[in-house]
Amino acid sequence: MSVEEPARSCSISVEVNGDVYDREVDARRLLVHFIRDDIDLTGTHIGCDTGNCGACTIHLDGVAVKSCMLLAVQADGAKIATVEGLAPIDGELSPLQQSFSAHHALQCGYCTPGMLMSASALLAQNPRPSEEEARTAIQGNICRCTGYVNIVEAIVSVGEGA
Amino acid sequence: MLLREVEYARPSSVDDAVRLLASHEGARALAGGQTLVNVMKARAASPDVLVDLSRLEELRAITVSGDTLQLGAMATYTQIMASSEVDVSRPILAEVAAQIADVQVRNRGTIGGNVCSNDPTNHLPPLLVALGASMTIRGADGERSVTAEEFFLGVYLTAVGEGELLLSVSVPAAARAADGFASITIGRDGTCIASAAASISEGGTRIALGCVDAVPVLVTPKAADEAGIREAVAGAGLEPPSDVHASTDYRRHLAAVCAVRAVQQAAEKGR
Repeated sequence: MSVEEPARSCSISVEVNGDVYDREVDARRLLVHFIRDDIDLTGTHIGCDTGNCGACTIHLDGVAVKSCMLLAVQADGAKIATVEGLAPIDGELSPLQQSFSAHHALQCGYCTPGMLMSASALLAQNPRPSEEEARTAIQGNICRCTGYVNIVEAIVSVGEGA
Repeated sequence: MLLREVEYARPSSVDDAVRLLASHEGARALAGGQTLVNVMKARAASPDVLVDLSRLEELRAITVSGDTLQLGAMATYTQIMASSEVDVSRPILAEVAAQIADVQVRNRGTIGGNVCSNDPTNHLPPLLVALGASMTIRGADGERSVTAEEFFLGVYLTAVGEGELLLSVSVPAAARAADGFASITIGRDGTCIASAAASISEGGTRIALGCVDAVPVLVTPKAADEAGIREAVAGAGLEPPSDVHASTDYRRHLAAVCAVRAVQQAAEKGR
């Protein structure tokens, strides 16, 4: 839908993890704040808030994007997936999440939602990624515990299991 | 982060986008937002009205007609990397797009945003100068075309004036073009400290240096061997900026290194 004349706030409709949300949002509101504060999906993290760290990574119409570098109004009409959508059945982890657990691919866990969303975007396109491809996929995600080796192993081994 | 208040419009036609940009003072085009949203956070830019170009599908097209490859201003880096048109008509564009930032940024960032922001560390301004690209700009009085050399005017400043919109970037198609790009970056695929793009054709060798001045510096060496390239770069009288990553002297040194590497790459591809 178009917004033909400039407005300070707009009605948006977005589908997040299969649920449709209709909300009025300020034009200046970042998508990450909409996700965390307006619809209470706090699994998506804010790390640097400058587009570097990737903790806020989500899928927008199937591709990985950093939700701190989008306005909520830009997501109008889009389908969004957040980390909460990876394990639809309560208590049951997706194969990727199980692999992260098995490979000790998280320490403090702050970067994990973003890592999982970047990795799942890769696996959706490329079910058997090489180590190099896994590293490229998470290049925009920073882990300050520096656990990259285990994260890369977790991603590659999911592919081997597929 | 809470941004300063801003108005937002999402037009459904290029005509409406140009009308909105021209009729509102402080209006700015919003492409992928991978630079603009961050500069708005830093209050380095405070547009009053954002004109979101995301619904203008005609600005996303990548087409080849005759001997020209045309990239719509809203084509993303990811789209350029995957485009068969780019692959058959000027593959260096895909190679360089793949070196910009990371997957998430490449999924949103656009060629139009990259050239219109004209940050001296951006990859595409020197590349497009070396390739002899041209830009099509639409304003209230219709369309005009400018060469890449005329397009980049200063730091964050281009030929796209107030109330105007960049529609597309055109590059001469040449499947086996001898093009190269070399850079020294902060981390792999990070911000460029120095960069150079080179293109070798029958008309000679064109090298465009990034990061050394407000706009790409075009150098055309008489001889395309290492000595000739170094002499040409030295002859450009560069006075590059000094910062925490490189002093003026060191950046001048890196400019020559990148130029030599870019031409070597180009020569290997042209074989």
